[in-house]
Amino acid sequence: MTKVEAYIRTHLVKQVQDALEELHVSGLTVSDVRGMGHSKAVTHTFRGNQYVTSLNPRAKIEVLVHDEEVEEVVQSIQRAAHTGEVGDGKIVLYKVDDVVRIRTGERGDTALK
Amino acid sequence: MKRPFFNGPKRLGVFVAACATLLAIFVSTTPAHGQNPPAQPPAASPSAAAPSKPDPTGANTGLGLSTSTPPVDNASPAGLNAWSADDVKRWSKDPKAPVTNADLLKALDAAGQNAVALNIVWTLITGYLVMFMQAGFAMVETGFCRRRNATHVMMLNMLVYGTGLIGWWIAGFGLMFGSVGQLGTFGNASILTQPNLLHPAIGGHDFGIWGTHAFFLRPSVYDVGVYTLFLFQMVFMDTAATIPTGAMAERWSFPSFLLYGLVISIVIYPFYGSMMWGGGGLSTLGVNFGLGHGAVDWAGSSVIHAVGGFVGLAGAKVIGPRRGKFNKDGSPNAIPGHNIPMAFIGAFILAFGWFGFNPGSSLGASGGNMRIAMIAVVTMLASAAGAVTACLYMKWKTGKFDPGMSINGFLAGLVAITAPSGFVDATCAVIIGAIAALICIWACGFVERKLKIDDPVGAFGVHGAAGIWGVISVGIFADGSFGAGYNGTGATEYVLNGVHTGANNVPLMGVTGCLHGDWGQLIANLIAAVICITWAFGSAYVYFSLQKKIFPLRSPAADDPEEDLDQAEFGTIAYVHN
Repeated sequence: MTKVEAYIRTHLVKQVQDALEELHVSGLTVSDVRGMGHSKAVTHTFRGNQYVTSLNPRAKIEVLVHDEEVEEVVQSIQRAAHTGEVGDGKIVLYKVDDVVRIRTGERGDTALK
Repeated sequence: MKRPFFNGPKRLGVFVAACATLLAIFVSTTPAHGQNPPAQPPAASPSAAAPSKPDPTGANTGLGLSTSTPPVDNASPAGLNAWSADDVKRWSKDPKAPVTNADLLKALDAAGQNAVALNIVWTLITGYLVMFMQAGFAMVETGFCRRRNATHVMMLNMLVYGTGLIGWWIAGFGLMFGSVGQLGTFGNASILTQPNLLHPAIGGHDFGIWGTHAFFLRPSVYDVGVYTLFLFQMVFMDTAATIPTGAMAERWSFPSFLLYGLVISIVIYPFYGSMMWGGGGLSTLGVNFGLGHGAVDWAGSSVIHAVGGFVGLAGAKVIGPRRGKFNKDGSPNAIPGHNIPMAFIGAFILAFGWFGFNPGSSLGASGGNMRIAMIAVVTMLASAAGAVTACLYMKWKTGKFDPGMSINGFLAGLVAITAPSGFVDATCAVIIGAIAALICIWACGFVERKLKIDDPVGAFGVHGAAGIWGVISVGIFADGSFGAGYNGTGATEYVLNGVHTGANNVPLMGVTGCLHGDWGQLIANLIAAVICITWAFGSAYVYFSLQKKIFPLRSPAADDPEEDLDQAEFGTIAYVHN
């Protein structure tokens, strides 16, 4: 099993979610995050004074997938979250040791069904 | 509303009668002093036609009213002043000092001036309440929009106050009220009595459309009564001006918006307003054509709310929907507001401000204007009926007691009762408010699903549709108990359904709707409604379309998914991480 973690533009969450639902992933988690990467800092003003925030809002999507589905899921996210501009984000993969479904106590791949 | 008190013989008559009674009491309880009977009336006796001098301190405002009864002695005009410090000294030395006839005149003047002072205080305080409604509008609109544009919506509400007030000062007030006539409740000053534009016209009848005086509040109108009227009418105008900021929220380019503030306060709003309240053509439908009391709109269902609502509808049509509002097949998506509690608080602030809006439109509290008690009660009843109706209807329709629509229904009830609030009883208020909520909900759905216009906060449903219903409801429900003399009609003569009842020959005739027998009133108000819709929608549509050709109406950030208006237009976001 693999955990796919994607940092994407916030307004593309809906598209990515739709793409993943088409692949019948069993579930996903979305968080509002702020972070910095290659996209440039934003200058805000407050009462005439300017200040810079280099931490831009992004969404983090986490999804657990069976190993044989990983490539499909990654490509799907990459397609849906792609604009071609700097700042589109990253997809990170982690090996997962085990998964437990809390309600039933099922373990491993069966917990992801 | 405004008109009757500038030329409403009934209320003036009541006041004169009260003064005469007071005079009689004083005369009958005062020993004669053996003074000569008056040889002739005081030279300074004010006549209705004589133009008054502006009164920047108010020291003389209201004094003339008491002397409009026949004078009892030959007191010189110099005697027609309020009690001076010398008088008080004289009485404190000798409490039994005989009261002279000059004292009586001073007593009458004091009574008259106090009544006018009460009216001015009442009008100012209710004006302050209406000003506070700006906060209500800002909160309802911002609560119903997305967090990414919250600063922008607030900024529109703030700056429409700025640009609107400047425009109102430059020319809006003068065009709308520059020719309104005598300021009845503010001491009857004849400062704004120059004729309207197009006077007389249309078959020899005065069909004025625009006032011609009081631009920039020039020194010729440096008068307490005029300034009171300016403040009260300014906050009304600003209510109309702020309604389109809701309908066009989340996409309006700020420079375009700034120009709009001047256009609505100088052109769009005063044109219709002058015809209704400024002594223009619609208000004279009764005098000239025998249609009820002329078009009657007590506090502005049409003048303010319908104008604002239809300008907003035209603006929302021209500016186009928010990105993502409509799918390719034209079906609408919900774009939920980000702060529903804020919208609720805003709704309550609006309802509170409405106690200034409707009762304040009497422009006074003395004499026959104690009707304000009824007006306040019907106002609250209509809002309650609107909220309950909207809430239950949505439950029946969608399965949930919809909070957003409950707010809209609550406000729609208030909007609809605004025009008839002076003339209907409690039962009619409940009916009017309930129907308004249904009309509002229907109109919101119609705009979104049939017209495919994106109105984020339902401004058209609440203000445009319910406002038109309100002005029509006057012609249906008004019960004739109030408003004799409104627009110069019904105090001494009246035309009831085409039958002229003759001069000085009828009981006082208040504003009466068709349910109580006067179809002329309904016709007059229908004419007003048609002109209101045509002018407000038409002029705004033309204006926004032309302005769009010259510089952008729509902010480019509205079409960029990465951008929001807060950052793009101001660089200041509403909710900062820190």
